[in-house]
Amino acid sequence: MSDTEKKTNRRDFLFTASYTVGAVGIGATIWPFIDQMNPDSSVKALATTEVDISQIEPGKSITVLWRGKPVFIKRRTETEISEAKAVSLDDLKHPEKDEDRVKKAEWLVMMGICSHLGCVPLSDKGEYNGWFCPCHGSHYDTSGRIRKGPAPTNMEIPKYAFIDDNTIRIG
Amino acid sequence: MSEHTYTPKSKFGKWFNDRLPLLSLASHLTDYPTPKNLNYWWTFGGILTFCLLSQIITGLVLAMHYVAHADLAFSSVEHIMRDVNYGWLIRYIHSNGASMFFLAVYIHIFRSLFYGSYKSPREIIWILGMIIYLLMMATAFMGYVLPWGQMSFWGATVITNLFSAIPLFGESITTWLWGGYSVDNPTLTRFFSLHYLFPFLILGLVILHIWALHVPGNNNPIGIDVKKPSKDTVPFHPYITIKDLFALLIFLIIFSGFIFFAPNVLGHSDNYIQANPLVTPKHIVPEWYLLPFYAILRSVPDKLGGVILMFGSIFILMALPWLDSSKVRSSVFRPLNKIFFWVLVVDVLALGYVGAMPAEGLYLFVARLGTIYYFAHFLLILPILSRIEKTQPLPLSITEPVLTGMPKMEFIKSDKPDV
Repeated sequence: MSDTEKKTNRRDFLFTASYTVGAVGIGATIWPFIDQMNPDSSVKALATTEVDISQIEPGKSITVLWRGKPVFIKRRTETEISEAKAVSLDDLKHPEKDEDRVKKAEWLVMMGICSHLGCVPLSDKGEYNGWFCPCHGSHYDTSGRIRKGPAPTNMEIPKYAFIDDNTIRIG
Repeated sequence: MSEHTYTPKSKFGKWFNDRLPLLSLASHLTDYPTPKNLNYWWTFGGILTFCLLSQIITGLVLAMHYVAHADLAFSSVEHIMRDVNYGWLIRYIHSNGASMFFLAVYIHIFRSLFYGSYKSPREIIWILGMIIYLLMMATAFMGYVLPWGQMSFWGATVITNLFSAIPLFGESITTWLWGGYSVDNPTLTRFFSLHYLFPFLILGLVILHIWALHVPGNNNPIGIDVKKPSKDTVPFHPYITIKDLFALLIFLIIFSGFIFFAPNVLGHSDNYIQANPLVTPKHIVPEWYLLPFYAILRSVPDKLGGVILMFGSIFILMALPWLDSSKVRSSVFRPLNKIFFWVLVVDVLALGYVGAMPAEGLYLFVARLGTIYYFAHFLLILPILSRIEKTQPLPLSITEPVLTGMPKMEFIKSDKPDV
């Protein structure tokens, strides 16, 4: 009896070892087929964009394309800035201070993508004088923060830097 | 499946059939005993098979002229419409064919709901059907992206963004789906590849669906088990083939009406504007056949919640055979279920209507009400109803209710299902 038990155990070990090696092998084979769908090198290479902002008047904004997505660059007026700063954090669904969303208070640089399902919101619309997404009715304020509607978060701030007073590098 | 003892008449036929029993299969399909009381709601299986084959053939041809590239896709579709011989016809058959396919599938599904075709012993047929339906929606969605118009692009953006609602991995899943940081060329090329693949998966599942159907045989309008073959059944050929063919003819007249007289009425004019990632159309709507689900998605004021409810509304159907525990299949004998069935039809139509409207005010209110009712129907009404409902007595055979007055006892005896 103990003899057969011993043999069974050795078999079990061999089975388990084979299954494990097999599973690792299959996993290693499948991974390239999954990973090929991730962004390729040519997509990743388009990671930065430089924008000239000298022509933008106060109160106006431009939209530039970065990684296939629109980026809003808005030169805010004094009233818009003070409006954004006056909001109490308790009134916000996704609390963020306006100061934390801009590098220079005059310039708001953010992804022009509604955090709900990715539409491009319309500027100077909605109940909070900021942006309004026509797809599913999200309202954003002058700091691009979500105030009303289904969107879960504020509009995202991309990585950017002021190269000089007139140029911004996004990415 | 009936026990077959088929032997081909010719010597070659016998030789061949012994090696590959295709002739036995053909004989099974021809003789397949079918309840003799099937009405026209039962012809949609055949119509759907036609739709699938029509989509595959026209799609095959379109793929010969279409170019799957973000810069060229839009103009290659115009090239098909203007330059390719009969390209306009083939494209309109394909694009309207998708709508007709869904029209037929919705009738087919509601037929099952009314006559209880999802009930034991046909649960697997039902679940296979639901998987086919899911694949159909995925295929149609990806196909709609290929012309690379504004609705293609923004529809793709909104739908793929649904996955970003998944906690933790949402962002990386959407990036993986897109092959970039937004819907772009890599998204288009993979959608084309998968749009080409999925119909063949559907075809495989359709074969399983029919195979599973041929085990217990067809349900029928009075929903009772029938003995096969018996006085209650007729052979599939020629009785059902000719009936299916007639229904298909009527269906093709309506189909042709769309193709030749209103080819764009079911589409959206914004899709004749080339995709532009900087401008979202004023009002994004999916194709009409996805509108009820879109209404459910938008009725929830929370992103993840909306996505869960939308997918849940489809997956809940898979559990239907176990949610409805009534032993009586056909709603003909279920006076309460009959009423609630029609309420559900109205509810789904209403959801479809508000799905096409802006998500605000009264529309949003109706969408919320409709969503609550949809889930209540399956999770509350059906389970309770199926336990308390007083059903009407079932006839013993299909033949019995045909004979007016007193049923003839010898018929009942001979056709009575095994007790």
